[in-house]
Amino acid sequence: MTRAYELRIDRIRCDGRGLCAQLLPELIRLDDWGYPIIAPGPVPEHLRPLAERAVEDCPVLAIALRRMETRKAAGR
Amino acid sequence: MNEPRLLAGRDLRSGAETYAEHVSRLGPLPRRGAVLIDLLTASGLTGRGGAAFPVGLKWRGTARAGGSPVIVANGAEGEPHSKKDRLLMSARPHLVLDGAFLAAHVLRSRQVVLYIGEHHQMARAAMERAVAERPPHERDLVRVFSAPARYVAGDSNAAVHAVTAGIALPTTLKPAPALVQNVETLAHVALIARTGHATGTVLVTAAGSVAHPGVLEVDTRSTVASVVASAGGVTEPARAVLLGGYFGAWVDYDRASELQLDPTALKDRGLTLGCGVIGLLASSRCPVCETAGIMRYLAGESSAQCGPCFFGLRALADACSRVANQGANAQDLGRLERWASEVAGRGGCRHPDGAVMFLQSALRTFPSDFAHHSAHTARRTA
Repeated sequence: MTRAYELRIDRIRCDGRGLCAQLLPELIRLDDWGYPIIAPGPVPEHLRPLAERAVEDCPVLAIALRRMETRKAAGR
Repeated sequence: MNEPRLLAGRDLRSGAETYAEHVSRLGPLPRRGAVLIDLLTASGLTGRGGAAFPVGLKWRGTARAGGSPVIVANGAEGEPHSKKDRLLMSARPHLVLDGAFLAAHVLRSRQVVLYIGEHHQMARAAMERAVAERPPHERDLVRVFSAPARYVAGDSNAAVHAVTAGIALPTTLKPAPALVQNVETLAHVALIARTGHATGTVLVTAAGSVAHPGVLEVDTRSTVASVVASAGGVTEPARAVLLGGYFGAWVDYDRASELQLDPTALKDRGLTLGCGVIGLLASSRCPVCETAGIMRYLAGESSAQCGPCFFGLRALADACSRVANQGANAQDLGRLERWASEVAGRGGCRHPDGAVMFLQSALRTFPSDFAHHSAHTARRTA
């Protein structure tokens, strides 16, 4: 089983610099005020390097790649 | 139908129940260990601060996390129309303390913080007097913290941040180990620990166009209509109900009147009892203007820490106000729909989510009012 990762944003840290959306427009777009909207779901394998780049280059360290929690709980 | 349990005892207008009266009426606090968590789970008790999270599950999670959590009795009650928490603290402070001490006992905590809204002076005075009446081994655990009169101060994450770091704002930092529980929830815990089963009642605040607005303790099977009747009936025909306060939802009065208040049943219908506010909107009032006023308030209550909430709620409130003041236009109606769906889930706390759910309920419940609204001066929300 491959490990699934998702992009998470610390909304308090995020200043809306917009770098992430430029690096990874496939998964990140900006709202009308310049703050990122992340496509839901896991980061596709082929976009992982770009996602890592977006994480590293965020000037305020507001974005992270997190292992997705496996949801075993029924009915969720 | 269940009789009042939380507000049983002496006349509510005659001040707080003393410790002696409390013990003679209910008996001493049973010292239950971890079995209390099973009792709470079996009782089906859910949090009465707004989120209706299962209490047994919350305590079990806190117990598993280990450490020595701080127990926060949340009496911030920043919801504009809600009065039930301060009434409970003013009239039955020992029930709240019992619940907090039970939590401290079961979760091996040495710290109980009474987090009370800064303007709720009577409630604070009653709680402080009650603490002074308790034996030293309980009294010494307690600290009182004033919650700023801000809507977000009552958020559980903000409450923990306040009592551990002195900052009553939500944070995305790793929280200190804590159990935050609304004061009414703790009072239910105090009764469940004694009887072993659910109280079967909830506290609600009837507001808006009812003859006698105020706090009522009612059976969870009672309907909205019966709460309205208990509050003296309507003062004029009702159009809709704001169920659950500002993080709740507008519901057409005809549909709402038959709804039962049971928090879990409401949740299953996609609704919420929230903090228990049942606010009636008279048919003479304009739902668009009411919604615009509340959105303006919620935008102003953003803690301004996260862009999507700070800018998004302000833009939504502006668009709503433009529809209210200048009349319906396709551009703003489109923006309301789009921004609402974009803003939800993008804050460090649930403030934007609650505000957006409220707005979406307005768009769903009053579609033709929004679509055909003609310009008229916004009336302030009561």
